This record gives sequence, C-alpha cells and structure tokens, in this order.
Amino acid sequence: MNHPAPSLLKATFAIVRKDLAAEFRSRELLSAMLVFSMLVILIFNFALELDVKVRQSVTAGVLWTTFAFAGTLGLNRSMAVEKDRGCMDGLLLAPVDRSAIFFGKAISNLAFMLIVEAIVIPLYAMLYNEVRIFQVEFLGVLLLGSIGYIAVGTLLSAMSVQTRTRDVLLPILLFPVAVPVLLASVKASGGIIAGADFAEILTPLNLLIVYDIIFIAVAFMVFDFVVEE
Amino acid sequence: MQSKPIALTILDIISVIVLGVATYLALVFAPTEAVMGQVQRVFYFHVGTAWVGLLGFVLAAISGIAYLVTKDMKWDRFEVAAVEVSTMFFFITIVLGSIWARPAWNTWWTWDPRLTTAAVTELIYVAYFMLRAGIEDPEKRARFGAVYTLLGGLSAPITFMVIRLFRTIHPVVIGNQSAEAQGGFSMTPDMRTAFFFALFAFTVIFIDLLWHRIRLGGLQEKVEQLKLNVSM
Amino acid sequence: MIEVKKLVKRFGLKTILRGLDFEVQPGEFVALLGPNGAGKTTFLRILASLSRPSLGTVKVAGYSLPHESAKVRARLGVVSHLPLLYPDLTAEENLQFYARMYGLVNHASRITEVLSMVGLEARRKDLVRTFSRGMQQRLAIGRAIIHDPDVVLFDEPYTGLDQDASEMLDEVLRSVAAKGRTVVMTSHDLARAEDLATRFDILSRGVIAASATRDDFRNTNLLDFYRKAIVN
Repeated sequence: MNHPAPSLLKATFAIVRKDLAAEFRSRELLSAMLVFSMLVILIFNFALELDVKVRQSVTAGVLWTTFAFAGTLGLNRSMAVEKDRGCMDGLLLAPVDRSAIFFGKAISNLAFMLIVEAIVIPLYAMLYNEVRIFQVEFLGVLLLGSIGYIAVGTLLSAMSVQTRTRDVLLPILLFPVAVPVLLASVKASGGIIAGADFAEILTPLNLLIVYDIIFIAVAFMVFDFVVEE
Repeated sequence: MQSKPIALTILDIISVIVLGVATYLALVFAPTEAVMGQVQRVFYFHVGTAWVGLLGFVLAAISGIAYLVTKDMKWDRFEVAAVEVSTMFFFITIVLGSIWARPAWNTWWTWDPRLTTAAVTELIYVAYFMLRAGIEDPEKRARFGAVYTLLGGLSAPITFMVIRLFRTIHPVVIGNQSAEAQGGFSMTPDMRTAFFFALFAFTVIFIDLLWHRIRLGGLQEKVEQLKLNVSM
Repeated sequence: MIEVKKLVKRFGLKTILRGLDFEVQPGEFVALLGPNGAGKTTFLRILASLSRPSLGTVKVAGYSLPHESAKVRARLGVVSHLPLLYPDLTAEENLQFYARMYGLVNHASRITEVLSMVGLEARRKDLVRTFSRGMQQRLAIGRAIIHDPDVVLFDEPYTGLDQDASEMLDEVLRSVAAKGRTVVMTSHDLARAEDLATRFDILSRGVIAASATRDDFRNTNLLDFYRKAIVN
C-alpha cells in the first residue's frame, strides 16, 4: 500500500483518457454538438441569406458563433457528467493536485471542440464552396481561439453546475467574459479569409495569445476555489 | 442593533451638498459649448458617473482577490456593494451618453469600443448577480462571486482593446486636440472647474452609497442570524 | 487512526457541528448513527477531506486536515450513496481510471482481485450503465478500496438497496473490515449497523451524544441506547 501519488501529467491524462473513452462509446456529447452546429449554420443560411457576396464578410462570424454555441453545450454536459453521480467527489478524493482536474477536463473539452470543428469546417467549405478556410493561419486562429474559450469555459462550467440555475447559467456567465476571444478570433480569421496582409491580423492574433495566457493562468490558479468546499 | 455612525450621516449631508453644487456648475456655471450647445452639459455627469463606475469595478476585483486570500466575509460585503453601486452608476453613464449621442452622432447607440465595453461590462455584472442568486450557501456564493469579478475585471480591458480594432467614433476629450470632428471639444477654465468638481462630487457620493450598501449587507446578515436563532 | 478535537463546521450562519470530539483506534468498525440533519454526512465529508473544518483539529491516518489532505487521500477510501462511477465505462475501465488516479503501477492484478472480492468478476467487461443499484454499490466499494486504504468511510451505503442486495453488501463490508482496516459508517438502519460494527456512536445536535461498544449491549439493546441518546 501507500503508493506514490501520480504526477500531475499522469493524472491529467488519466482524466482525458477516461473522458475520451466514455465519449467515444456513448457519442452523446459530440453528436449533440455536431447536430446543433449544423442547425445553427442552416439557420444562418436563411437568416443572413448567405449568397456569395455576403459570405465573403460573414463566414468567420458565422463559424465562430456556431462554435461558441456548440461549445457551451459540450462544456455543460462534460461537467454535468462529473457532478450528477458524484464523480467530481471521486476526482477530488484522489491524491492528485486540483490543477490536474482542471487541465484534464479542459483538454477533453478542447478535444471535443476541435473534433466538432474538424467536421463542421469541411462541411461548411463543401456547402458554400469556401476553400479559403483551409489555410494554416486560419486553422491556427481556430486553435488559439478554442483554447482561450475552453479554458475560461471549463472554469465557469465547474461553477455553473454547482448552482440552482445550472442549465441556463453557463452561456450567461461565459459569453460576456469570452467576448475578447470571440471578437479577436472573428477579426483575425475574417482577415485571413479576405486575404489581408499578415501584419493586419497580427494585432488580433497578439490579443488572442495574451487572452489565452492570462486566462489559462488565472483559471488554473482559481480552480481550487471553485471545487473546494 | 448598531446605530448609524455619525460620520455616515455627515457624509450623507456632504453628498447632497456636492451633488447640488455639481448640478449648478454643470447646468448654470459652465459656459455653453459653442458647437454642440446645451446638450454638452451632460458631459460633466457622464464622465463623473463613468469614473466612479470604473472605480467600483476595480475595487470589486481587488476585494474579490482579498476575499479569496483571507476568506473574510467583510470583503464579500465590500465586493457586492461595489458591484451594485457601480452597476447603477454605469447604467446612468450609458443613459447620459445616449442622450448626448443622439444630437451629436445622430444615433442613440453605436458599437464603438467604449460603448460596447460599457455594455459588455454591464452584462458581466448582471451575470454576476444571476450567479449569486443561484447559490444558497453564503460562503460558496462569496467564493464564486470573487472568482467571477476577477475574470470580469481581467476581460473588460481586453474587450476594450479588441473592439478598438473594429472601429471608434467616441471622442477623446482629454489630451486630444484632433477629436473635434467626432464631437470632442477643448475645455475652457470654467468647464474645467465644473468637470473636476463633478469628478469629486461623484467620488463622494460613491463612497457614501458604498458605505450604506456595506452597512446594509452587515444588517442583512444580522437579520438572517436572528431568524435562524428564532427557528432553532 | 482518526482523531477529531473540538470540530466546528458552519455553513454560512448555520452551525452543523458544534465542538465534536471523536476518536477511532486502528481496526475499529464504528457505526455513526443519528437522525437526519444531525450532521453525519457533513462530518464524513470533513473526514474525507472534501469539506474544510471551520474550527478544531482533524487527523486521519496520522495526517492533519486540511493541510496534509493529499497524504490523507492516499490512505482513504470513501463510499457515498452516490456511486461515483462513470456509466459509459465498463466496470474494469472505471477501476482502471481510479487506479491511475491513485498512482497504482501494475493495476491489472489488483483490479481482478477487487472485482472478485465484490463478486463482479463475470461483469467486468459490461458497462456500468447496465448494472443494478446493488451491483453499482458493490463496484463503488471496489473503487473505494482499489488502492488498499487504511481507513474506509461509508456514507449510508444501503440507500436504495433491496433485501438481497443489502445482504450481499453486508458480506462485502465484512471483507473490507476483515483486513484490519478502520471503518466508519453512517447509517440510519440500526439492525444492519448492529450486525457489522464494533462500536456505536450517536451523533445528535452536532456532537457525539453517546458512544458504546458491542460489549455494552449485554443488558440493553442498540435501539434503547439510541433512543436514550437522542432524547438527552
């Protein structure tokens, strides 16, 4: 008995592995996020009348809105799974640092978000014949934006599942705080689609990186306060 | 029952007086601005309320950190008071800004960085109250509230920087000479007097209201305690 | 093994535990009895390091809480009335996950051992979703002892179980205790507690109101003892 406690890295990946294994079996979360994403794009198609000219300017906005909405679905569900059967207590009872729980959940959430993006983006490209989104810069912005959004979203979902109004609270808490990451991503990826110079997208890109660093650091530092009792 | 401190009563009286003086300075004493006319007079209260609104949000974020470090409920009371009073002042700022914007920009609202940041900040603090309303345990409510004010306080300045990339028409009145085309103006000495007095007056009023709100929070807690004692 | 002195726990203004003293020797099986709302679950959550004491000292397995909680957690197993299991993973995968979280290196043989102990070897590849309540509870016990803890805490383990499932659980609980482990179990089922435990502590109004060992019941029975303790 008295085994050495697992390292931060091992505990983090144990959680990621568990989340991915459960999700690939049930596919509840991914299928909900995907179907929802396609519905949002469908509604945008008619609401904005996405003809060739409009698409030029709104593609980035449509995609980011879709991912933001689908993201809250996934974040909510991923944390509710831990809360409902007391599994969060199970994680807290393990002799691991609390940040392993934060990083583990954040990495799984990020994985789900990236999987959804990896399916939605080619579909969007196919539906609207929009091949300009297959650029390394565009995908890089997508990754940076998703990281920031998920970092703060994971923290806030750990808070919202513990409230009485948990089903509705997450987007209300998350969207105003995530405005910078969404707007900077739209600005940067919109610029890339429009073929702007790299210098032009450098400012939103920098802000995105600043946001990511600040919010990963803060979420990591305050996560303890959110799960302790 | 703790009675109202005398210092607070004195501050109440001072608040009413400085509000009266600030109103006089803004509406009568300050000269009418040449281009925009009478409507420019909202500027004094607009900036005054905006200043204390921002001050309160910064104080709230700081007291949030103080709560997380010390776990002392007095910081929670301070934080709620600061957010609540600031949310109200910020709302007044936005309304006054709209009144001014209608003749100056020919629109009540525009998605300019300052306006958008103000709106987003206001939404963050509305979300803050919704978060608190959903939690029964006072200690957990304080912890989550502190974490959220901290996130809000960090994200608001980045929001401002990001939206600046999109567009701006808001005048930069202080320290900017080329802003006149957007509705900026340069201040005469009398305007300056009214302006700085408004800043001072609203700071006093802010402290007064903050104090009242903190005291109210303390009394609320006492009432809950007494109710609990009765039911035991 | 467990040493609690003058423990106070407050939730906001409500005081749940009021200066509770509690001590458990190695190898004891203590049944913690008491009416609903007496603070049994709160107390167990504090012993489990899931909740912080407001005042007082708590030592589990030689380490004090909350400062050495990681060391306590490594030596502690907890079973609550929730299973703490993932329904979309198999029995084996659930145990694998928790084995990794406790830093077990060669966990394959340990998982087989634990599964056979709780009588679920045949179902190791089945999803927990398909398990009955009793099977889930047995697997939950397997999860709690996967790292071979010195101290095991049970919080109302019989909640929601039918007669057969309860009897099977009895056996598992006995084998958990048989290895010289220290066990604390909350329950309102006096008959079950009487069968299993070696000591009986009554928690009432936030303190241990009475304590008796099995030998004390030669002339009286547990029910009378319990009633007397609650009334006082």
